Formats: sequence, C-alpha cells, structure tokens
Amino acid sequence: MLLVDVEKNLGGFSLSALFASESGATALFGPSGAGKTTIVNLIAGLIKPDRGRIVLGDEVLFDNKMRINLAAHKRGIGYVFQEGRLFPHMTVARNLDYGRRMRGLAHNPAETARIVEMLDIGPLLARRPGKLSGGERQRVALGRALLMRPRLLLLDEPLAALDATRKAEILPYFERLRDEAKMPIVYVSHQADEVKRIATRIVRMDAGRITATGGLELLSA
Amino acid sequence: MLELTPDEWTAITLSLRIALVATLGALPLGLLVAWLLARKNFWGKALLDGLVHLPLVLPPVVTGYLLLIAFGRKGIIGAFLERTFGIVLAFRWTGAALACAVMAFPLLVRPLRLSFEAIDRKLEDAASTLGANRLWVFLTISLPLALPGLIAGMVLCFAKALGEFGATITFVSNIPGETQTISAAIYTFTQIPGGDAAAGRLVIIAIVIALVALVLSEWLSRRAGTRLHGE
Repeated sequence: MLLVDVEKNLGGFSLSALFASESGATALFGPSGAGKTTIVNLIAGLIKPDRGRIVLGDEVLFDNKMRINLAAHKRGIGYVFQEGRLFPHMTVARNLDYGRRMRGLAHNPAETARIVEMLDIGPLLARRPGKLSGGERQRVALGRALLMRPRLLLLDEPLAALDATRKAEILPYFERLRDEAKMPIVYVSHQADEVKRIATRIVRMDAGRITATGGLELLSA
Repeated sequence: MLELTPDEWTAITLSLRIALVATLGALPLGLLVAWLLARKNFWGKALLDGLVHLPLVLPPVVTGYLLLIAFGRKGIIGAFLERTFGIVLAFRWTGAALACAVMAFPLLVRPLRLSFEAIDRKLEDAASTLGANRLWVFLTISLPLALPGLIAGMVLCFAKALGEFGATITFVSNIPGETQTISAAIYTFTQIPGGDAAAGRLVIIAIVIALVALVLSEWLSRRAGTRLHGE
C-alpha cells in the first residue's frame, strides 16, 4: 500500500495532495501543469516535500515530523521517465543490468531472459541507446526499471513521446505487468484512453490539488 | 643533426616525467574543484574561481616566487613538509612538477568544469532511482560522461606543464639533471656561443612532442565521443 500526504511549494506553484492506493495501477490523471510529475518525483525521493508523510508498505519513506527522509537510492522504487533517460555510454545490456548491480542483487539469468523476451528487446542488447527508436527506448527503460526488482513502479507519461502505433505496441506490456506480475503501479498521464486501459483507480488532479479519487467511472464524469 | 647528447636526453626524459607527475598529481584536486565550481553554490565560490585562474594571468615569475616563499626550505609549508615528511621541493624535480601543476591547473579545471556542467542531471537522477548512491552515480555516470572534457583537460595540462618556464626556473632554478627541462635547456643553449645546433634539436623535439600529444588527444576525444553517441 502507498500513502501520500504531501505539501510542496515550488516557486509560484503550490502542491498539496493526499491519496492512498492499494495494489493495482493508480493513475494520476490531469492536464499538464497539474503537478503529477512533481508527486511522482516526491515518491521517488528526487525532490523533498516541505511537509507531510509518504509510506510504502510498512516503511516510512518520508515524514517531516519524525525527520525521516529516505534517500532515493535506498527506496527501491522503479521509475520510467517520459524521455527514457537511458545511459548513453552503456550498451542496452549494461543499462538493463545497472539497477541490479547498484543494489547488489544476485544475478538471475532466467529473470533477465524472461523480461528481455516479454519486452522483445533481445536484438538490441549489444547496441547503445543513441540510435534506438522512441518505442525501443521506452521498452528498454521499462526493462531497466523492472530488473532492479522494484516494490513499486512509477510510470511518468511513458508513452507521451510515441506515436499511436508505438503506443499500441507498448500498452499491452503495462497490462501484463499489472495483471500477471501484480506489480503496484503509479501511472501518470493526461490521456484518457491510456488511463482507461491501464488504471484500476484514478486520482484526478488540477493545479496542484486533487479534485477527485475513485474508479474508472471518473473518466466519463 | 638529430644525434642527441646525454644531457639533452636527460632534459627530455626529465621534462616528460615532470609533466606526467604534474598532470596526474593535479588530477584529483582538479576533479574536485571542477565539480565544486560546476555543481555547488557556496560562499567564496567566486574567490575559488579567481584563485584557480590566477596563474593564468599572473606573471609566471610571480607564481614561482610565491611558490619559493611558501614551499622553500624556510617557507611555511616547505619547512613543515621537510620536518614532518622529509620532503624537499625547492631546487628538486618534484618542485618543478609542483610549479608546472600550479601553472597548468586552470587548463585542467576549465574543460572538466564545462563537461560537468553539460551533463544531463536527469541521468544522474535516473541512476539514483536505480539504487546508485552519490559516489556510484559520480563514478558510473558523471565521470564517464565527462570523459571528453577529462581527456582535453589532461592533455592541455600536460602540454602546459611540458612548456612551463618562468615559474619553474624561479622556484627550482635550472640545474642540469635535476630541474633542467627542455625549455630551460633551450634557454641555456641560446645563451652560450655555439649552442644553436643543440637548441635547434630540442626545439624540434618539443614540436614533435606537442604535435603527438595534440593528435593523440583528438583521437581519444573522438573515440570517447562515439562511445557516448554511437550505436
């Protein structure tokens, strides 16, 4: 379970949000500038809230009263960024393996093979990210986040840079992840059609505030 | 004409050794200072920036004289080093390396700093979400991405150290076999009658070394560049 109760002021922008999500995929849904990415960055530990509390499972990631602020590298949260952010100086294989090496996890060739096959990135392993297409890049980024064995997966508009064909190619991977791997997911998007397919629960945002939380029926409201 | 005398050989190998030690010795501090200037805001940052660049604009003889005052056997730091570690820098080749390192330091820091500033910090964020602490982020992401700047800085530093004259001769004098570098040897030969041939040989050697260093750095930078952006 994920509990987020945070306040953050960034220049002229103020964010104040409270929501909890059980297992499944929670969509942060709203127009650009609503503060969706800021929330995801707060959960990942890339920015620090001014006040509040973030709890994942039975671990407190942040609590300003208890003076707890777990560093990003200790949170074990997988993050797929909008632009992929693959490391340009490493091959795809090294990119995929990065999280496992940094977290000191045992090498598991069967798991790597399974994820490489699921994402269909086997032919790319020896290449460098520079010349990959947008869709290939996002699949590698997803594989990299999965292979660190995260306890929560953050997806920040992972399809925004892609055209409709590529989107259709990647969406099924997210569905399989949600249904087969039972991976808790926080999915950021401003596209209703994406959210409809991925999310089991919706947190609707606007201008730094949460305007509604609920099920898929919020999309038709 | 290119038959070198033992003294000339000594000057050449000594120059190379001094430049190499100066470059490698300056590297750790250069990395630290470049990183601080590129990434941190702190009180006295402008002062540090100024201090680093000072040897570039001061007359070299002034830098050499300041080194002599500080690191001479009676200088504050020099006396301390000799008392505690038995290290003497004045009029030794190690002192020449120190003078070269100080003079070349700005040329090492500048390209490194620019490289650090050019790195997409979002990549460092991505690495930290994948479990890398600050040190590992630096070693596996920042430093490899700054490699072209590191190579450029080290080559500039080496080339400057190889040619340094004013500060070196002021601090450690011009002692054949100990502190007489190629530059100092050329200067000496031009001061004595009939020294033109020897000076000419060393001038040619100096040009060759500089050219090789430049070509090598260009090649290394290109390789590092394709590593970063290629397939």
